[in-house]
Amino acid sequence: MLQISNLHASIGGKEILKGIDLTVKDGEVHALMGLNGAGKSTLSGVIVGHPAYEVTQGSITWDGKDLLSLKPEERANEGIFLSFQQPVEIPGVSMVNFMRAALNARRKHQGLDPLPAAEFLKLMREKRKIVELDSKLTSRSVNEGFSGGEKKRNEIFQMAMLEPRLAILDETDSGLDVDALRIVAEGFNKLRTPQTSAIVITHYQRLLDYLRPDTVHVLIDGRIVKTGGPELAAEIESRGFDWIVKGME
Amino acid sequence: MQAIKQYTDFYNEVRDVIFERSTSEMNAQREQAFRTFSTKGFPTKKAERYRYASVEADFAPNFGIQLSPLGGKLPPYCFRIAEAEPRVRALYNKVADTDDSIVALSAMLSVDTLVVHVPRCERPEHPIQISNLLRGDRDAMVCRRILIVMDEQAQADVIITDRAASQNRFLTNQVIEVVMGDDAHLSLYDIEETHLLCTRYNSVFVHQGRNSSLHHTSLTLFNGHTRNRLDVVLAGEGSEVTANGCVIADKMQHVDNNTLIDHRVPRCQSSELYKYVLDDSSVGAFAGKVLVREGAQKTLSKETNANLCATSSARMYSQPMLEIYADDVQCSHGSTVGQMDESALFYMRQRGIDEKEARLLLKAAFITEVIESIPLESLRDRLHVLVDKRMRGELSKCEGCKLCQ
Repeated sequence: MLQISNLHASIGGKEILKGIDLTVKDGEVHALMGLNGAGKSTLSGVIVGHPAYEVTQGSITWDGKDLLSLKPEERANEGIFLSFQQPVEIPGVSMVNFMRAALNARRKHQGLDPLPAAEFLKLMREKRKIVELDSKLTSRSVNEGFSGGEKKRNEIFQMAMLEPRLAILDETDSGLDVDALRIVAEGFNKLRTPQTSAIVITHYQRLLDYLRPDTVHVLIDGRIVKTGGPELAAEIESRGFDWIVKGME
Repeated sequence: MQAIKQYTDFYNEVRDVIFERSTSEMNAQREQAFRTFSTKGFPTKKAERYRYASVEADFAPNFGIQLSPLGGKLPPYCFRIAEAEPRVRALYNKVADTDDSIVALSAMLSVDTLVVHVPRCERPEHPIQISNLLRGDRDAMVCRRILIVMDEQAQADVIITDRAASQNRFLTNQVIEVVMGDDAHLSLYDIEETHLLCTRYNSVFVHQGRNSSLHHTSLTLFNGHTRNRLDVVLAGEGSEVTANGCVIADKMQHVDNNTLIDHRVPRCQSSELYKYVLDDSSVGAFAGKVLVREGAQKTLSKETNANLCATSSARMYSQPMLEIYADDVQCSHGSTVGQMDESALFYMRQRGIDEKEARLLLKAAFITEVIESIPLESLRDRLHVLVDKRMRGELSKCEGCKLCQ
């Protein structure tokens, strides 16, 4: 369970998050919507420990543990996964070596031995199928020369390999065509277990139609100003955010 | 001055012994070399090709100078100079820059030359491996000469490795001459894997005939102070050279690569790619000149030097140079110096890879391009392993060597 209380965070001295309270229980899917610049990506960055953000107040706990005291890699190995809005290209590091290093780091954290090479490659093959990722892509360097859609698929592939307990999807739907969106979303649903929870950052209803969130939050100017059920996302899709902003005034 | 005197004094003292132990071809060059060295002394930083080296300081320590002839059983196609064919022996010191003090010092003090001779149309079944091993119970200066002669249409892979088996201070002055006949093809690998107490001057001189091709790879995996010089003369039309290199340096290591590709005739190609990964307080230098002479039309040339400084105290000096006296050519050159990609680091850490490992993967990735360009597959695979071990600080001093097991 992820518990965020009164979280304030800034970047370069500028306060972006101004008191966030959010609890995500095991198995729940929460959608986070809001205008550009509201702080959605900052919130995901703070959860995974991006060094650019400074937490000035508040706390985040993960199963009762103080998440903010952990290094980014420790948070990852505790089961928190971020599907990056802009996945990074890493020329010269092959997907195979990258995934092997990541998976074995996770296993080490769990007190397990590294996965034997043959089993690892078998796992790569199996998980690739879930998001219909071409084997040509997994034999390349990480994200190098991937199209925008391929990069997003690759994020979900990595998620499939690492089996996180909390997945944060930061605009995973942007840059995807209709078919790719379906593949990614259905892939995500296949990977879900009753324990897997998710925070889904999106501007669009379409991804949420597939993922069926339990709760929808609206983030404006660093605060969660409205929380509701899936119907809230539908309302935003048709009416925009204006009515929420006006309601605040 | 003291540094020069110690070598000239030594020469005067042991001149007779050297003449007696060596061959007529080598002795014929010796007195002139002595005069050149005595007159010119060690080059200073004012000399264009030694801007990034501290030659006098490197040669100042008074190590004992080894005068022993070649030891060990020589592999196929390899000979002591005394046993090589006369026309091959006659090529000794003919390609090297004899006006250079470092070469002169080598010609003055070397007593033997390892000759690699691949006769016309022959192709050795296996790569020719030359293993230079520094060992002993005291510090030493070593002069090494290698002469590689590729007759017309000969083909070969030659791997030269420099290793050190004992923790002494070593100073190596190595001169490699390569003479390539028409249509000869050579892949030449120079792998240095010594230790922090080793200083190496390695000067490679190549003369290429018509339609010949050379693939030269210089790999500095571990060292103390290294200065590599590579001079290639494209003397026959249609000849090609690829000169690549990678450097992994940390602590207080110093690596200086200095190259000259001399396009003398039309329709030749040259391509250079040197990549450095510098950590801690290491210093790297790359100065590469491509000279396209008058009349060398249709020259194609590309020169790239890319560098990664992993710390703020690592330093890189990069100087790609193009000098063109022909008007129908395609030449490019460029260099970059960059830092660790922070966004890639974070991406890897978010996947659970700890920071140290992530840095290591990024550093190894940076030079992958050079390793991947190696035509010899078995060596490529081996080098990926060696590079990984080197980055992890696990590089054993002399792996696979019978003497060290």
